[in-house]
Amino acid sequence: MIPLDDTVLQALLAAVVALPLLGAVAALLPAPPGLRGRGPEQAVLRHGVTVTGAVLVLTVLLALGFDHDHPGVMQAQTDVSWIPALDVRLHLGIDGISLPLLVLTALLTFLCALHSYAKRPQGPRPQAFVALLLLLECGTLATFAVLDLVLFFLAFETVLIPMYFLIARWGGKDRGPAAWKFVLYTLLGSVVMLLGLLVLGGNAGTFDMVRLAQQHGSGLSHGTQVVAALAIGLGLAVKAPMWPLHSWLPDAHTAAPTVGSVLLAGVLLKMGTYGFVRILLPAAPEGAHTFAPYLAAFAVVGIIYGSLACLALARKGAQGDLKRLIAYSSVGHMGFVLLGVATLTHTGVNGALYANIAHGLITGLLFFLVGALKDRTGTSDLDALAGTTGAALYGRTPRLGGLLAFGAVASLGLPGLAGFWGELLALLGAYHPAPGLSRPAYAVFLALGALGTLLTAAYLLLVVRRVCMGDPATSSPAGSSAALPDVHGHEYAAWVPLVVLTVLAGLWPAALLGLTDPAVQNLLPGVTR
Amino acid sequence: MTAPTPSPGTHDLAAGGAHSLVQSVDWVAVAPPVIVALAALAVLVADLFLTERRKSLLGPLSAAALALSLLALLPLTGGRRATFCTTAGPRACSYVVDTFTLSIQLLVLGAALVTALLSMTAVAQERLPAGEFWFLLLSSACGAALLPAARDLATLVVALEVASLPAFALVGLRRGSRLSSEAALKFFLSSVTATAVMLLGVSFVYAATGSMHLETVAERLPHTDSRLGTLAAAGVALTLIGFAFKTAAAPFHFWVPDTYVGAPVPVAAYLSVVGKAAGFSGLILVAVRGFPPYAHAWGPALAVLAALTMTVGNLGALRQRTDRAHGAVRLLAWSSVGQAGYLLVPLAAAGHQDHQGHRDAAVGATVAYALMYAVVNLGAFAVVAALRHRGDDSAQDGRLDQYRGLARSHPFAAAALAFFLLCLAGLPPGIIGLFAKVTVFSAAVDAGLGWLAVVMAVNVVIALVYYLTWLALLFRPAVQPTAGRARWLPLPLTVTIALTGVLALALSGAPQLVLGFAATTLF
Repeated sequence: MIPLDDTVLQALLAAVVALPLLGAVAALLPAPPGLRGRGPEQAVLRHGVTVTGAVLVLTVLLALGFDHDHPGVMQAQTDVSWIPALDVRLHLGIDGISLPLLVLTALLTFLCALHSYAKRPQGPRPQAFVALLLLLECGTLATFAVLDLVLFFLAFETVLIPMYFLIARWGGKDRGPAAWKFVLYTLLGSVVMLLGLLVLGGNAGTFDMVRLAQQHGSGLSHGTQVVAALAIGLGLAVKAPMWPLHSWLPDAHTAAPTVGSVLLAGVLLKMGTYGFVRILLPAAPEGAHTFAPYLAAFAVVGIIYGSLACLALARKGAQGDLKRLIAYSSVGHMGFVLLGVATLTHTGVNGALYANIAHGLITGLLFFLVGALKDRTGTSDLDALAGTTGAALYGRTPRLGGLLAFGAVASLGLPGLAGFWGELLALLGAYHPAPGLSRPAYAVFLALGALGTLLTAAYLLLVVRRVCMGDPATSSPAGSSAALPDVHGHEYAAWVPLVVLTVLAGLWPAALLGLTDPAVQNLLPGVTR
Repeated sequence: MTAPTPSPGTHDLAAGGAHSLVQSVDWVAVAPPVIVALAALAVLVADLFLTERRKSLLGPLSAAALALSLLALLPLTGGRRATFCTTAGPRACSYVVDTFTLSIQLLVLGAALVTALLSMTAVAQERLPAGEFWFLLLSSACGAALLPAARDLATLVVALEVASLPAFALVGLRRGSRLSSEAALKFFLSSVTATAVMLLGVSFVYAATGSMHLETVAERLPHTDSRLGTLAAAGVALTLIGFAFKTAAAPFHFWVPDTYVGAPVPVAAYLSVVGKAAGFSGLILVAVRGFPPYAHAWGPALAVLAALTMTVGNLGALRQRTDRAHGAVRLLAWSSVGQAGYLLVPLAAAGHQDHQGHRDAAVGATVAYALMYAVVNLGAFAVVAALRHRGDDSAQDGRLDQYRGLARSHPFAAAALAFFLLCLAGLPPGIIGLFAKVTVFSAAVDAGLGWLAVVMAVNVVIALVYYLTWLALLFRPAVQPTAGRARWLPLPLTVTIALTGVLALALSGAPQLVLGFAATTLF
């Protein structure tokens, strides 16, 4: 769109990864004169907004400078040797798969920083909060930008410590155990993944993802590929998360502060599915082929399980927590993403990548909305909110109620909004799985997945009915005494971009699919569909 | 140092000639341990003539000697040097300077220097006898520096004893402390048992092969008389068991926690790094250089030992409660047992490689990991030592709970400790710790030791629990706010923390500096 020199692109990408890290260090230092603001806390929160804003601007520039005619080609590549002993190279680059995720990450982190600036996080010093947020951003951006297996592992691990502290120090009820569960579960997953990466890289003779994708598994024995795919897949499946390895997720999302939930759901889960598409499918194709039916089966169980859990939580008298409900709905949505990956077709993988982005936008928005609701009423317990007739947000805070309803219908996959295309394509991929995969089995997965969309619609509409509708006069005991404030200016600022992008992605899917499809074709050369 | 033993059966005086009796010694090559030994003697003599007030000079003097010996490593970087060689028969040398020697000597002497910096405050505050302390520290360092260069079994044993005998005394140096004497006794008894076992093994090996030189032993072991086969195998096994004892591998680890707690903190730091390095370099030399024909036997044995050691160590550390006295040192002691397990992994991997080149490469991973571990573990001990001297409440001495609120009262020390703990756990931002672990994992995976890699993966997760518990304590509000302003830490301790912290940060930026050892030819 705007012609940029390749060196400029390289510098932009390197800056996108390095800037949050420098910002994190700077956040811990005392503010220099002239930037002290109204006090150290306000100054550091503003620093967070500035840095994440700058990173967002850089990623947007990167997206504009990206050669949209050749999204399948790695662009803005930097390739410098870092640790020759381990054959680790600082290899950065973006293509049509990583670019949208990079922009999504920068956007969501910026919105989180904005949200924290307007509403100081409840907990200890904000200096540490901002530093952790920026370190988290560095890790997530690096995950999507690096093209070296060991660096990928490094970036993957970088998010653990900041997220642990965000949950453990700024979280809500039961945050301690939830944080432990998150960090231990994901660490175990990623260490197993490291073993797989070492097997893969050691046997293929390179740790470079681009070269591994070019080799496409040639020179790797079937056994090696199966072992590598199993270990890598397990690690990524914990992160994604795939049922039955998901049990850290509901606790972590429920206990995390709003910002933490948004980033967990919006960005961190994507690291898992991105790893599937970027590493597992191209580098160990036979291994991926061996495990694809199992992955698909687990994904479908996850879809059904997630929506049934949500239905149970949404029932009257179940004392379901709204954050927990959205967390379980994430299990279901990520199930669609994994199903798309497991079809091993262009259609399915494109759908998975699409659903990835859509889920990031919509679930990010939903967590913001529920966080706002909790701030206003003091609870996210569905029964306490709904009372006898319903929380009646339409009547009490029409704009917030409207946005919540919008988020819910977007999440259930209403055509015309972002949630629709990804799940449709994933199911379509399952209708025609890659050659060699059992078609009847995938037909069953398809049917179960379709059933899952119905269940998803059921619980989300139930939530809308119980939260948005009802009688304002006799509504809930919680927070009923005072009138609830409607959406504030800063909340508009944080939410409108997500709403707009959800609508845009729903109406103009070609924009995103045009980016991912050529890259997916490169990663899956042997498949026609 | 033993006189070079000419191989039996090759007493060909005519070939050796008259100059076989007078050797030319390469003094540059042996300079690093010799400087330390001379300094030790000088300190001991000076102690007699210095007045009580002037005895504080001995610390800086010892530190200077250690720094000088570190500088003496510089001229040796050019290439392989050997001295104390047999003049008759096949050339075999007792003292060899190669990359392995240099890297371990760098580790040992650097760690001894850091210990010296740490000890200056401790010697003054705990009223340790200055002359004895510095003499013992330097003697032990001299032995540990000699060890990696030793290439015959006798020199190895002597060097190991020179390194460990003064260490017993160092542990028991706190006069009137029951804990200290008990610790010294435990350490002494277990170590002497190890030496006895080792000596028996060495004598068997000598009897079977007729040589003390590792190279010659490696050549002759496969061709020993079939009637001596059992003797040779028993000798190999006993020697290795003796060295495993010295590395505090499970089940020979039981003395570690009590000894570390009973010893002055700097001595515990010294034992955890230098003592371990000495044991490991001996084990490496004996196993990989001396007994490669038995790799099929010691490889699996070391693998089991590694798995056992890391599991026992990490579970022991996991059991530590935060309100127990000396919890911090105890935790570091258990964690050092766990880390010894990781250090054993590449050695076990070496035993599973068929090619000598691959074996040496696997050993490089141990060296790289040990260098990383030395820096960050000494750093962690430095912070522990510094806080012990904070002296706000002697009743809860060294409890982990004491570390609550450290981020507020001493942000610099807290940040450093946090970084060291993350390096030990192997998680970013402790990048060097992460890559050192990756190197070890890589060695295991390359050797096909998948099960050991999985055991280690589980252990890494277990270890994270206690490292992260401690880390999280630093940032919690203190139980009772410290009265008044936070005191400054003593200068030598501040310097140590800064030094190790900067080093760990620099290594995180350029891991190649230590990981390079995993990719070069060491021997």
